[in-house]
Formats: sequence, C-alpha cells, structure tokens
Amino acid sequence: MSATDTGIVASTGAIESKREPSPLYRQYLRNVRLRRRLILASQFVLLVLFLVAWEVAPRAHWVNPMLTSYPSAIGPTFVSLVGGAGNEGNILDHAWLTLFRSVAGFTLSMALGLGLAVVLWWSGFLQRVLDPFLVVSNALPKIALVPIFYIWLGATNSIYGIAVAIAIFITIIMVYNGFREIDPNKVKLVRTFGASRWQILRMVILPGSVPTMIAALKINVGLALVGVIVGEFQSAKAGLGFLIIYGSQIYQMNMVMTAIVILAVISTVMYLAITLFEMRVLKTRQ
Amino acid sequence: MREAIVEIRNVNLRYFTPESETEALRDVSLSVGEGEFVAIVGQSGCGKSTLLSLIAGILKPTSGEVLVDGAPVTGPSARCGYMLQQDYLFEWRTVLDNVLIGPEILRLDMTRAKERARDVLRRYGLGQFMHHYPHQLSGGMRQRAALARTLCTEPDILLLDEPFSALDFQTRLALADEVWNILKREGKTVILVTHDISEAVAMADRVVVMSRRPGRIKAEHDIAFAANGGNGADGSGRPVPFKARSAPEFPGYFNRIWSELEIHVGD
Repeated sequence: MSATDTGIVASTGAIESKREPSPLYRQYLRNVRLRRRLILASQFVLLVLFLVAWEVAPRAHWVNPMLTSYPSAIGPTFVSLVGGAGNEGNILDHAWLTLFRSVAGFTLSMALGLGLAVVLWWSGFLQRVLDPFLVVSNALPKIALVPIFYIWLGATNSIYGIAVAIAIFITIIMVYNGFREIDPNKVKLVRTFGASRWQILRMVILPGSVPTMIAALKINVGLALVGVIVGEFQSAKAGLGFLIIYGSQIYQMNMVMTAIVILAVISTVMYLAITLFEMRVLKTRQ
Repeated sequence: MREAIVEIRNVNLRYFTPESETEALRDVSLSVGEGEFVAIVGQSGCGKSTLLSLIAGILKPTSGEVLVDGAPVTGPSARCGYMLQQDYLFEWRTVLDNVLIGPEILRLDMTRAKERARDVLRRYGLGQFMHHYPHQLSGGMRQRAALARTLCTEPDILLLDEPFSALDFQTRLALADEVWNILKREGKTVILVTHDISEAVAMADRVVVMSRRPGRIKAEHDIAFAANGGNGADGSGRPVPFKARSAPEFPGYFNRIWSELEIHVGD
C-alpha cells in the first residue's frame, strides 16, 4: 500500500485506548451510578406507596373494600384459584390460554401485516389505491367489531379475529413506511449490480427494516393482548378476560384483581422478551 | 486515440413530474478510451451523475445512444462498477459480506468470490477488519471497503460519482492518491464525476466541462504534466494526484476550467 495508508486508518471510536481513568472521570462515573440507583429506588418507593395506599384505604374504610379488594388478598386468592376451589377452574390454565392466544394473535398479525406491506411495496399502484382504506380502517375503533366477529367467526375464532383486527393495520402502515424510509441510494447501489426486484427486497428492504419491524412488534404485543381480552369478554368460557368478567358478575373483586395482576405480569414478560430479542438482533448496528 | 470503450452519441434526457418537465441532458456526446481516466466537472444539478446512470444502465436516454464496447447498453452489466457519493455499506453485514454483495446479485461462484474479496480487502489494508461491522470503521476505511465492493466483480469500467465528497479534506487527498494508484495499476477505465475542479485536474487524463441544466458538454481539456519525479503506478511518470496539485501546469488548468464553469457567488 502507499505511504498515505496509515493516515487513513485514523482513530475511531472502535479502538479505544485503555488508560487509567483520571480522578475527574471516576467522579463522573460515580455520579452516573448514583443517579441510576436513585431512579431505581424512587421507582421502588412509588410501587410500595401504591400498594400501601391500596391496602390501607379499604381497611380504614375510606373506600368500600367490596369494590377494591386488597393487595394482601391477591396471594391467597391466587393460591385458592390455582387449587381450583371454585367452579371457575385453575387460574394458571386461564393465564396460559390468554398468553397462547396473544402470542398467536400477534404472530398472525405480524406475519399478515408484513406480507401485505411487501405487497404494497411491490405494487405502488395498489398502495395508492388502498391507502385511504387503510387509514380509515386504522382509525376505526375495532372494539366495535367484537359482536360482528362473534357472529361471523364463532366463540373461539372471534378472539383471534379481534386480536388481528386491532393489530394488523398499524403493522402494515408502520412496516410499509419503514420500507419507504430506506435510503434510495442503498437501492441504487444494488441496482448498479443489476439486482432484480426480488433481490432488492431480500437484500436491502427486508434486512434494512428490521428495526422498524421490531418497533411494530412491540406495539403489536400490547394491541394483541387488548384484542384477546376484549374477545374473551364477549365470548370465552376460559381465559383471563373471562375470569375478569365472571369475577365482576359474582362480585368477587379478589378474583378480578388477581387476574389483572397476572395480566400485568404477562404483558411485562412479553415486552421484556422482545426487548431482549431487539438487543440481540440490533447489537451489530449503529 | 485509444479504442473507445464507452461512447455516448447525441444523448438527450428529459424527465417528468406532475409539477414540471426537466431537460437534464441536451445533445451530449462523449467517447472514453480504454484505460483512460476522464473527469466530468460541472455544478450541482448539471446532469453529470445522470450521465453515469446512463452508462451504468440504470437509466435510459430519451433519445440517442449509449454504447459500451460498441454494443448498446440495455441494463446494468458486470462490466461497469459504480461507486456512489457515500459508501452505503449495509450496517447489518460485515465488511466481507458487504464486499460480496455484487457477486451475490450476479450469482457468481461464491467460493471464488470470497477468495477474491479477502484478497482485495487485504490489499486495501482492511485485512484485519473483514469481520467487523461498518460502524467500527473510519470514514476512509469505509470508502475503501466500498471500492473493494465495486472491484470485487472485476469491472473494466469504473464510474465514480463524487466518491470522496463525504470525507474530510485530509482523508480525501490521501484516498484520492490511493484509489488513483489502485485503478491505474489495474488498468481500469475510469469516469469520475465531481464538482471539485482540483480533484478533476489532479486525477484525470482528460477533464470534460459540463454546462448548467440542460447539461451539455462545454469544453474538454487534455491534462498533461511534465514527468517530474512522477512515481505513479501507471508507469508514465505522471505525478500522483497529490503531487500534481503542486505541479507548475496545475493553476493554468484550474483557472481555465474555473472560468468556463461561470460560477457566480450569490447567483
């Protein structure tokens, strides 16, 4: 190589020097750590305050305990529901069913949404034709369709139907816009090598949209869960949505609150799983 | 005159949007000989990049002919390698996999292509960085990886579309020398598009000046330097681009082209 070579391999962020940190830098790191701990502690305190208020308010009869239940009642209720003491069945089976339906729901809406976004990308004409319909469908409150889906699809399938209906339009719109935002010069680059439309899709558009797809997935998970619960309200004989409706009908707030807590756990776990997946996939990008 | 490898004959190009009609090129004719290094200079929007897209076969002229090796261009071909203003390395592929994009699209034998890619990267000083991702490389290294990607399919004709414009000045000068040496050593035909007159004069055997839109060819200059201590790879004794910048002939070429470009500040 020429003599100018070394001038180009200039220092980058990638090759950091490993020197002893200066006292000022150590001070800075200490402050960063302190702040992080303070935030964590505040979050913990907030949670405890909420639980204490929830426990104390009904016990002091500031609110009617019949309406709110207590945090301390959740554990025992959970245990008795796992035992299947009443005729409502094991709560873990309900939770599992709701989880399964949600995962199926967002997998389905993600796959269909991605497929339709590809179709729109492939045919600009079709995209222009369908655009207003998509926008209106996205704006329509899909909850309004629950009774119709129940009639059309039956008790079980209407749950998946509503989950997909809630999540799919935003998926199509997000993923398609992600496709559009890819730098046209990246497409030009592969075209100079003579890439076919299929190769452009496979080598540039799809891998380039992975961050958008993960963002869509995150939204999808929440929406699919909403769809499943609402679907279960309407039609199910099982699932957490059923348990919530059933519990409120027989005035069993302990059962309702326990189901909601489990729901919160499920959505947190799904969100964390996707965040983990995101970190793995996007590790190499910047 | 060397045998023409690229010939543009009376090319016109217009394109349309609902708002307006644009005449990008008007009656452009240009012939580039095998192994020649031609620079096209002109102001932004004069259609010089469009000219490259025509030669690369990703655009078709409204009228006129574009010939490579005497045959009309019908679409992209492996004979032409195109280098864009920025590296456009794919952040989801390693440097090596980026270089292999061309062979992958052209469905070449991947085992051999991989060997060639490794070899090219090693020669350009990127041997230890093949399995790195683009964001771990400096600007100059990224642009060299882009050159490796272009050369991995072994094109005879290189179309360079302001390939140094995104780099800082020092890197730009150093990389111009390097790229020039590589291309001269391998005997490539090069068409460089730039708005940087110095770069054009320093690198090219011939500089073509284009007028503003609609782009026409306004003048051509053969660039010759006395063989004063030239150590370039082409063996002609021509100084490398960096040295050419301080050659006695340099200001004369620069000033002539400058006046032809009719650049008026505040225009």
